[in-house]
Parts: sequence; C-alpha cells; structure tokens
Amino acid sequence: MNQFQYVRATKPQGAIDAVAKDPTAKFIAGGTNLVDLMKRGIMTPQKLVDINRLPLAKIERQDKGLRLGALALNSAVANDALVRQHQPLLALALNAGASPQLRNMATVGGNMLQRTRCSYFYDLTMPCNKREPGSGCGALEGINRMHAIFGASDKCIAVHPSDMSVALVALDATVLVSGPKGDRRIAFADFHRLPGDTPEKDTNLEAGELITAVDIPDGPFTKHVHYQKVRERASYAFALVSTAAALDLDGNTIKAARLAMGGVAHKPWRLTAAEQSLVGQPATEASFRRAAEVAMQGAKAFKHNAYKLKLGPNTIVQALRTAAAA
Amino acid sequence: MKAQQKQIGAPMNRVDGHLKVTGAAKYSAEYELPGLVYAVLVGSTIAKGRLTSIEAKAAERAPGVLAVVTHYNSPKVPGYDTAGKDPSQPATVGGPIKIFNDDKIRFNDQPIAVVVADSWERARYAARLIKAQYAKEAHQTNLEDNKPQAFLPTSAKKNPKSPMADYQRGQADAYKTGAIKIEGEYVIPTEMHHPMEMQSITAHWEAPDRLTLYDKTQGTLATRRDFAKEWGLPEANVKVIATFVGGAFGNALHSWPHESAAIIAAKVVNRPVKLMLTREQMFTQVGYRPYTWQKLGMSATPDGKITAITHESIGQTSTYEEFTESTLAQTRMMYASPNLTTRYRLAALDIGSPIWMRGPGEATGAFALESAMDEMAHLLNLDPLEFRLRNYTDTDPEKNRPWSTKFLKECYKLGADRIGWSNRKLKPGSLRDGEWLVGYGMGVGTFGAHRGGAHASAQLRPDGTVLMQCATTDIGPGTGTAMTQIAADTLGIAPEKITFELGHSDYPQAGTQGGSSTVNSVGPAVQQACLALKDKLRELAGAQNPTFASAKKEDVTLGDKHLSLSSNTAARVPYSDLLKQAGAATVTVEAKPGNEGQQYSMYSFSVHFAEVRVHELTGEVRVSKLVSCADAGTIINEKTAANQMKGGAVGGIGMALMEHARIDDRFGRYVTKDLADYHVPVHADAPNIEVAFVNQPDLKVNALGTKGIGEIATIGVAPAIANAVFNATGKRVRELPITPDKLV
Ligand SMILES: Cc1cc2nc3c(=O)[nH]c(=O)nc-3n(C[C@H](O)[C@H](O)[C@H](O)COP(=O)(O)OP(=O)(O)OC[C@H]3O[C@@H](n4cnc5c(N)ncnc54)[C@H](O)[C@@H]3O)c2cc1C
Repeated sequence: MNQFQYVRATKPQGAIDAVAKDPTAKFIAGGTNLVDLMKRGIMTPQKLVDINRLPLAKIERQDKGLRLGALALNSAVANDALVRQHQPLLALALNAGASPQLRNMATVGGNMLQRTRCSYFYDLTMPCNKREPGSGCGALEGINRMHAIFGASDKCIAVHPSDMSVALVALDATVLVSGPKGDRRIAFADFHRLPGDTPEKDTNLEAGELITAVDIPDGPFTKHVHYQKVRERASYAFALVSTAAALDLDGNTIKAARLAMGGVAHKPWRLTAAEQSLVGQPATEASFRRAAEVAMQGAKAFKHNAYKLKLGPNTIVQALRTAAAA
Repeated sequence: MKAQQKQIGAPMNRVDGHLKVTGAAKYSAEYELPGLVYAVLVGSTIAKGRLTSIEAKAAERAPGVLAVVTHYNSPKVPGYDTAGKDPSQPATVGGPIKIFNDDKIRFNDQPIAVVVADSWERARYAARLIKAQYAKEAHQTNLEDNKPQAFLPTSAKKNPKSPMADYQRGQADAYKTGAIKIEGEYVIPTEMHHPMEMQSITAHWEAPDRLTLYDKTQGTLATRRDFAKEWGLPEANVKVIATFVGGAFGNALHSWPHESAAIIAAKVVNRPVKLMLTREQMFTQVGYRPYTWQKLGMSATPDGKITAITHESIGQTSTYEEFTESTLAQTRMMYASPNLTTRYRLAALDIGSPIWMRGPGEATGAFALESAMDEMAHLLNLDPLEFRLRNYTDTDPEKNRPWSTKFLKECYKLGADRIGWSNRKLKPGSLRDGEWLVGYGMGVGTFGAHRGGAHASAQLRPDGTVLMQCATTDIGPGTGTAMTQIAADTLGIAPEKITFELGHSDYPQAGTQGGSSTVNSVGPAVQQACLALKDKLRELAGAQNPTFASAKKEDVTLGDKHLSLSSNTAARVPYSDLLKQAGAATVTVEAKPGNEGQQYSMYSFSVHFAEVRVHELTGEVRVSKLVSCADAGTIINEKTAANQMKGGAVGGIGMALMEHARIDDRFGRYVTKDLADYHVPVHADAPNIEVAFVNQPDLKVNALGTKGIGEIATIGVAPAIANAVFNATGKRVRELPITPDKLV
C-alpha cells in the first residue's frame, strides 16, 4: 500500500472540495473495495477523504418513491421495511451479493462504484487498459470465462460485478450527485458506461462528484419479483450471470415487466426490448423463452464464455418463472 | 470411578479446543521475539529466463528497511552444493529450488528478493519498489501441450518394482479387444491447498551456528533435517517449533523457498526475522495438487465381471524436482480384474513444484477409476453398487496377499442404507424435485494403512499428573486428543491428568504428519510409553514395598496420590515417596512396525454416497446429502474422526464442483490469485454430512487396531458426486470441476 493522507469530512461540501481540488484524492465509504485495491497497488490515492460521518445514510419515503442515502449500508437497505415493502427486488439483489460481513460495511454509493473483478485488472504485471490505459486487454485473448457478452470493445471486455446495480437499473432509479459544479441527477441506466476506447472510466461521474442518494420511483413491482444469480458455489461468489426480473400481472397477463442482467456487460444490462416483448403476453414458459431470445440478440461470446449464450437466456427464464410464481 | 472409563472411542472434546477458540493457541506467525523484524518476498514476473538486473536502491532507502537480499548479495548457503542428494527422499528427484543462488528463473513468482524492515507494512511497501529486468525464455505451463514429452519418472527407471513403474498383470491393454468396453479421458485441474492459516516462519539465529525456527510444518524433524543440511549444521543445533498448525493438507510436507529466505534474511540482519506468506503467495510458493490427465479403458462380461482395465496418467511436475504420487495405486488393487495395465508419466512444466494434497494421487486416480466403474455399470444396465460387489476381491490382486482387514462390504451396507440407495433409478434423469433433477452416485476410496517408527516419552510428576511428549505435529485432526485418550486408557487415569506435548523437534522423534499415518505410528509409541512408565513405577515402588517388585506392570494402578496394585489395593506407595529421589519418573520408548507389511496388504477403505440436485436451467449443482463410511480400523475418538471425514468430504465437494487454479499460458501466471477467483466450498455448499465407521480393529497394523482416516475421507468423494450428476442428468463430466457452464 502506498502512503496516503487521511481526512474525515464532516460536511458534503468539504468532502467535495477536498476531492475536486486534488486529482489524487478519493472518497472512502465502507472501504471494502477501495482498500483491497490499494493493498494490491491497483489504486494508489494520495489522499483518502472519509465520508462516513456525512449525514447521508437515511432510507426514507419521497413523494413518489424511496430515497436511499449514499451511505446507507447494503445490509440496512436489504433489511429495511420500506424497501421490502416497495422494492423487494432490491432487497433480493443485495442479499445475493458478497457476505453478511461485507454488506454490513458496504454502502450504496460504494457498491455502485466497485470496480471490475477481471483477473487482468487485478494483476499489476499483466496488460489491462482499465488499469493502465494503452497496455492492452489481457482478457481479450486470455482467460475470459467471466467476461462480457454485450457491449464490449476490443479495449476491454470486463463486466461490472455489482448485484445491487442490476436491480436499480431495472427499477428505473436515479442517482443524485453533488459536485464542484453543483447538483445533478443521472438516470441509473446512464450512470455506468460501456468501455469503448476509454475503459479506464467505469461511470459518467465527474471528478469530485459525490453520490448523495439514489431515488427509486414507486412502481407496481411489489410482489412478482426475483433476482436469479448463478454462481459457481451456493453463496459468496460473483455472478456468472444474473437476472433481475419484475412483473406486473393482471391474472396471468403481463401488464408491465422489467428485466436486467448482471455479469454480462461493462454495466448493469437493462433488457428493454425483452421487457416490451412480454407486455400483454400470458405469463407462461413460452413467453419467457421468447423474451429471453429477444434479450440475447446481439450477444457475442469470446473463447471461454460461450456458455453464457445459453446460461443467459436460461437464467432469464428462471428469473421470470420464479417472479411470476412469487 | 471416572478414571476407569474407557476413553478410546469416546467422543472426547479436543484437549486444545479451548485454547484454539479463545485465541490462546500460538501459531507460527504469533511468536514475538526481542528485536524481531519482518521479511517480505518479491517474486519474479516471468515464468522462465534469467534475471539481468534488480533495482533495489529505492527499496533499500525506504523507511525502516534493514536489508534487501537477492542473488547478488546473498550469503553463501553452504548446503546448496549438496542439496537434492538426499537418499531418504526417494519419491523426488532433483531438489528444492535454491533461492538467491543464481539468476535463473524457473517459475513465475519465484522469489528473487527478500526485503527486511522493522515492520511488516514497511517491508511490504518497500518490496513493491523493487524492479527487476529479465532475459525471457519461452516457457511451458500447459500440461495438455506437453503430453507428447511426458516421461517415466526416474524412480521407475531405476527400479522396475517401484510403484511408479509400468504395471501389468495378465495381458497388456486387454480391454481393447473386449466386446463390452468403455474408454474415457479424465482431467483434474491444478488445485490449491489453502488452509485457513497461511504459511509463516520466524527464523532466529540464537548463535552463529544455532538456529531456531517457529515454522508452519507438518514435520518438525523433516524441517530440522532440511535446514540443518542447508546450513551444514548438526541437527542438534537446529530447533523447530510447530506447537499449533492451522490446517495443512500437504502444503507443509516440504521445505519451501520462503523458509530458506527467512533464514538467509535472519543471517544477514542478525536478528530474528518473521516471514508470512500472503494468500496470493500461497498459490505459488507451497505446492498444489498437480494438473493430471488420465485415460481409462475397461472391459467386462455381460454379467458384470471386469475382464481388463488399462489406466494411464500424466501428472505435472516442475523442471527442477520430480514429484510423483500414487495416482494409479487404487486401480491396481481395488477390483479383481485378471488383466490390468497401468502407466504413469510426468510432464515437467515451468511452474513451482507440486506437493501431495489430501488423498494425494489416489484422489486423482479414484476420480477416473470410480467414474469408469459407474460408466461400465451404466453400459451393463447394472446398479453400480451391485457391479462393485460382483468385482469385490477378498485378497489383494496386485500383491497376491491377504488383506490385513477389509470391511468395505460393511461400509457399502452402512452407506447404502443411510443415503437411501434404493431410491436410485437405473435410468439417468428419472428423479426430480421441482426444477431440480435428482441423482445418486457412489465412489470408493482406499489408502495404505501406513505405519512408521515413533518415539514417545512419559513422565509421572509428584502430583500424579503425567506429561507426555512427542515431536509429531497436529495439523488439525486432533492428534493430541487421540494420544491423550490412548494414554488415559493405558495408564488407567483420567485424561485431564495427562498433558500431551507435541510439535517440537527436541521431543522424542516421530515422523511427519502426513499419509494418514500418525495415529498408526505414534499411537503405539504412546501406548508402549505408558506401559513402560507403569513398569518403571513398579520398579521404583519395589524398592520401598516388595509386593510391587514381584507384580506385573499391567497390575499397576495409578491412583490420585499413590501407586497401588489392582490385585492388592492395600499395597500403596505415595507418589511423594516414590519420586522423592528422582523428582519425576520418565521413560522414553520407540515403537516400530514388524514385518506385517510384507505379509499382508494393509489399507483403509471408504465409500461415499452422494445425493445431488442439478438445476434444469442453470446447471447449478447442490450436494443435498452426503454419506461417508469408512473401514479405518479402531476409531480412537468418534468425534474428531467424524470431523476428519466431514472435512475430507467438504474437500471432495470442492474438488468435484469448484476448485480450479487457472493459468494464462501466455504469461505463465495464475489468473486465479485469491479466494474470490479460486473457489472453495462455503457452508452453504456442504450438506449435513453423515459419517459411519465400521470400527473393527486391524491388529496387523498395530496393537490399537487403527488404519488411518485423513486421506480416505477425500478419496472417492469427487467421483461419487460426478456419478450422481450423471444419474441426475445423463451428462458425464470427465473434466473437473463440474461447474454450471458444463451442464447448461
Ligand atoms: C470478498 C468480496 C465479495 C464480494 N462479493 C460481491 C457480490 O457477490 N456482489 C456484489 O455486488 N458485490 C460484491 N462485493 C463488492 C462489495 O459489494 C463492494 O466492495 C462494496 O459494495 C463497496 O462499497 P464500499 O462502501 O465498501 O465502497 P468503498 O470501497 O469505500 O468505495 C468504492 C469506491 O466508491 C467510491 N465512493 C464510495 N462512496 C462514494 C460516494 N458516496 N460518492 C462518490 N464516490 C464514492 C470510492 O471512492 C471508491 O472508489 C464483494 C466484495 C468482496 C470484498
């Protein structure tokens, strides 16, 4: 780990100023991702601005939705009565991630900003454009069984590892940020980005911008929801593929649907066309299968992840099945 | 009276359990010595080539740094010249890598420097400042690519009778002409040990020629021997302390570069040096279960008698050491096949040396053999248990000798009842539980009931307590507990009165803890030491009371405060009188096996039954029930023995379903470098594992009747699961692990 300065912010503006002024500074929340990366020398901030004392941990009702403070703990959100009542999908996704110990430390803002788990990103001696722009993508011709099937570029084929974000993109959440240039709102679907030629940028957040909260509008998705996460062991592993599914049913007819996948792209992957294909259809295996086919259009596999072309749609079907039966 | 209760077999709690759960047990990384400093290893970033320069200035100038040692400035290690010529290690050829000795790189992450600083954090920081330049050479890290270059191990070339040599009974490769035959290739990828406790060592030169090591090792004496030799010292000058070992599956059966590095560093700074490996370094520094390719062909008669088996294997070794293991042993002796051929080969890769990992070799081989048994049973439309019974053998078909004992049929019965084997359907894909396909499978394991010579001492103290000592280690199975139980029964006193000390090279000699041999070897030494102590006490008492002089040692009774005789309770000598002159009565004995091993084939046996559920859409596999039954001779402690079986079974689940160390061959580097990438089972992956023992003594192995448990707990588990997956889905996976991508 490199040497660094540590400051504790007491006001959001103080935190923003500290980071905006110093390009080598970073916010630290739960630290469960940032500290790991620092120990390995992958991230080397010269200054850590501790935001844990900022009053941003509330989970509350807004007029037409829920507001999650950026510092609300993953465990607090997952166990919150309002969340469970209004957005049960989010609770399911959170509980599918990491372990209880980590969820007790991890925050909403930090979870969104956790970095990829690509092995090449993690090894300082190997090429990785995300870590070291211009060094090449180790995974492209390397071991890429965990990697993207959507939206990858020849610069980067890594995936975003967050489970929570898959539910949030499905639920049409909005990210609230404050920065040196003031406050702004970013649609969750626009928050993370595709790698393109600049994979070093995971998100559209600008230097010094602090996430203050995430808003989730109320919707009809309070019952028929499911988060299906497929992994190589029963718990405590990142997804091979995951699907967040939410249905609004009228009898057996689908009035509205939400679908998003994790483990398949550089960002949580919303499946709007597949959602559309479900509207007005009966909640049957055949409809789910068709939606899964629509969802997979444009998917492209690399040497070791072709299984995702089959596991992906199967996971969607399984998520929809379970959501419909919930 | 409590003391009269039989302790052997009882589910006694671990004698060190309290120390372990309260944190009072001291592991190798927890010794604090005056003047202690910290060392961190720097590894190469190429797999093969030469170091052309090491830039260490920045590290040397970093705060708190005391030294940076590389091959440029390392003191000469006297034993390097003679290393690798140890006749007591016939299994290996070549020798451990001699670090800081030359500029040659033999594997990725080979230590090229060690940084010593006044704190671990500072040493770690400085280690990152070191930059090396290399002249790279083309490396080989892929076994599949190197199969054509595979060779017969040197030990087999030298000795055609070696278990590594080609073996044949009946006709060679006779299965090929059989009418009913199967043939398949099987792959086990590299697997890592990863016990909870990572390897660490504190090296302390107490004098220029006296070395003390607080080390994570499975053998205090083996470690003492290796480093005495490396430094040209008499063994008496080297002390190795491993009082507690936080799990080891073979990774501490060998002396490794980090140990040499700590000793060299301590010499350079002339202070005690602590070196702790990181989890990442555990992938590259302390061995692994080697990647192994196997091919197995089998033929049988229509009524289910095996007529021939050919089993071939190519295992991975390093370029500087020939590592071999008994991959093909179980195939030669398990089933009564008249024609049998085995061929074992090695491929040398530019990766650090492998090392035995729990159920070494046999666990790898059993995956192929026991999968093939299932495949043949399926082809014959026979129940796999029935197929095994039809090929059961009451004598060892390899050595043509009787078994010392074999209660495998009894294991089959115990396990089949408990798993509900009668629910199994012959036709795969027949059973369902909602979205989950359900299947049943079995796998058999065996491992030699090895016994070596061992010493133990016993001392009676004036307060009536007994201190016993032995150099053996306890890597987790509960050796101290089992030995206390044996001593309690032999002495006829309560276990609370006995302290069993182990893990110190100054204690009476015993072998390394490995190969399921500790209870078999040390158990008899403890038993005999206790009998010898009784005799000694009888003799001492005889000087004061003639009734004792003529009594038999078996008759001697140890009371709370005095010695008496079971035949004559009136005859009493208080310990205070007895020990007045000597202070304490001490005996040391050696117990050695006789030639039973030449007359009988001695093996432990196990069978594992698995019930699995495979998700019809996602291909996820859950082991919903696992039953492990063992014929392991006398069970000394029902609780710790069952604990061993369960741990081994969990290891088997890992092997079957998730463990896979992957290398990117372009770089010759692992891409799985932490426990997020290299998966081992979590609690949710382990069902409630049921264990049953036949518990019949094998008095040919030793007077206690034990045969060993550690290895058979794992051997056969992976094929049981793979066979259950086949039964559930009709999909035969011959390349482990069985991950969802292979089943969707
Ligand atoms: C072993 C392990 C397993 C895991 N498994 C999973 C899993 O299965 N699924 C999953 O989804 N996740 C998993 N995780 C990741 C975990 O969810 C993240 O580490 C965690 O959510 C990060 O939150 P944090 O508050 O600790 O972030 P930090 O580590 O504190 O910060 C992460 C990043 O976010 C920035 N940041 C934090 N808060 C703000 C803010 N308010 N505004 C702007 N920037 C901010 C920091 O500067 C830093 O760059 C796992 C982690 C570990 C260690």
